Amino acid sequence: MGSITLKNVSKVFGAHAVIPSIDLDITDGEFVVFVGPSGCGKSTLLRLIAGLEDVSDGEIVIDGRNATELPPAKRGLSMVFQSYALYPHMSVRSNIAFPLKMAGEDKATIDKKVEDAARVLNLTDYLDRKPRQLSGGQRQRVAIGRAIVRQPEAFLFDEPLSNLDAALRVNMRLEISQLHQQLKTTMVYVTHDQVEAMTMADKIVVLNRGRIEQVGSPLDLYRRPDNLFVAGFIGSPKMNFVTGAPAAAHQAHTIGIRPEHIALSKDQGTWRGTVGVAEHLGSDTFLHVNADGIGTLTARVGGDFAVTHGDQVYLTPDTERLHRFDEKGMAIR
Amino acid sequence: MATLHTRSAARLMIAPSVLLLLAWMIVPLAMTIYFSLLRYNLLMPGMEEFAGLTNYTYFLTDPAFFQAIFNTLAIVLGVLFITVVGGIGLALLLDQPMFGQGIVRILVIAPFLIMPTVAALVWKNMFMNPVNGLFAWLAKLLGLQPFDFLANAPLLSIILIVAWQWLPFATLILLTALQSLDEEQKEAAQMDGAGAVSRFIYLVLPHLSRAITVVILIQTIFLLSVFAEILVTTNGGPGTQSTNLTFLVYAQALLQFDVGGASAGGIIAVILANIVAFFLMRMIGKTLEA
Repeated sequence: MGSITLKNVSKVFGAHAVIPSIDLDITDGEFVVFVGPSGCGKSTLLRLIAGLEDVSDGEIVIDGRNATELPPAKRGLSMVFQSYALYPHMSVRSNIAFPLKMAGEDKATIDKKVEDAARVLNLTDYLDRKPRQLSGGQRQRVAIGRAIVRQPEAFLFDEPLSNLDAALRVNMRLEISQLHQQLKTTMVYVTHDQVEAMTMADKIVVLNRGRIEQVGSPLDLYRRPDNLFVAGFIGSPKMNFVTGAPAAAHQAHTIGIRPEHIALSKDQGTWRGTVGVAEHLGSDTFLHVNADGIGTLTARVGGDFAVTHGDQVYLTPDTERLHRFDEKGMAIR
Repeated sequence: MATLHTRSAARLMIAPSVLLLLAWMIVPLAMTIYFSLLRYNLLMPGMEEFAGLTNYTYFLTDPAFFQAIFNTLAIVLGVLFITVVGGIGLALLLDQPMFGQGIVRILVIAPFLIMPTVAALVWKNMFMNPVNGLFAWLAKLLGLQPFDFLANAPLLSIILIVAWQWLPFATLILLTALQSLDEEQKEAAQMDGAGAVSRFIYLVLPHLSRAITVVILIQTIFLLSVFAEILVTTNGGPGTQSTNLTFLVYAQALLQFDVGGASAGGIIAVILANIVAFFLMRMIGKTLEA
């Protein structure tokens, strides 16, 4: 069973506290995504859980056992690295078999487990190749194969898709999600890409400067962000923030409106503006509008809404779905 | 090179260096072959005459020749063994984070910068001297009889001296190779449950194989022709116990003034070096591919 609990965990490099103090509960079988901008400490947090870094203070409990002082191999976790970290001189078979060999299992068991893992990951035809003869996606699958043969309590993924091209990334995203459905093992996944976080997670942990900003399900974070940071980070394109008089009208210091919650019209509306750039995606069009007295706003309209640079448009925010924040950037509910 | 024109231009451009190389290598080789077929003694100038293969039969049947071949191989293999094993050990140690890393690394590299004659003399007079040497002092401190290295174990002594000189080279090459090992691979192995020894056997050694090959190839080239260390320490003796091929050729030419015989020895040395190179490339050349 793979529950992971962090109690007061902190990490200090020299005089710099990368992670001041974090409490977090990950229940068994959950798919948890750590997301945040680069340098927010999400990879460090993962490495602390893996045991590749020592915690400066606090306690890590894995499966009910205190694992704070345990070496990485004894924690029952598997990790998939950003660079895949395959052993270049070994065949795919030996790569996947390596953890079993280190655990001292006999030849027949190893062969069977490797074959099983290869079948699950569609690698059967490539077992005798070397990693350098494989494509990026295949290498990724070998790395996952090496992780699953050990039947760990939980999987740790450190930005596993960032070296793949866009199409393959969407594909692997799906495969990892399917793998999670099949294995029902706890997975902890680190990414800086909020789309990956939204699509894969049961629970998202938004990190910023070593602190947890908010924890919740993807839709929770999308609908009820706790603060400006989460509001700005989750959702694509970014939420629009408006300060000043329009915000004061809603008794807030800042109001946030998502691009998809702004209605556009060519002849009437709350705010008037000029179209700066129109990004046509086909199904949708993202308009960057210079609204008078407010600033640049992004709005999403259907692909049929015909406007070009310089056109006059009127924007009407959906007041029901408006997010209000106080001076400190915290949400007002 | 894309077109016929650029190709012929390229040929023209490299022609001078090819000609220079030819003059530099082929002319001396041809002259050595020519001399090896003459009865040519420096004590009897002007009396050179064609001698056929006599020089070769003379050199090849000399009992010192077989001793010299054995010694040459012993020096090459002995030094290679010490430097590769010691080099891996030192590289592993120097790769650890420690205080004063930069200075320690420079100190380790220092022996490589000392010229062979000086290094050998320092070893001979300061370390291995049976009366005043450091080793003799150590032995006396422990109540043992001092050991006269150069008289009783001349070949071993020379192997030790040469190995000391080449150890920094091996360490340096292996250290840089070690530092290029991907950190994530080490961590992955750690996660996979590999201990320090397993990580060394399954991850570090295969990663180092190419660097080890380079060390072996380069060192073999230089170790086949060790000379200065022998000249200033044992002078090839006692008897011919520490004479290698290079030293034998030197002795033939400049101690016995027999240029013809020495030239024949030189040609034989070239042939033997090529045989060694051939087997070496077959054995370990594969790791350099891909």
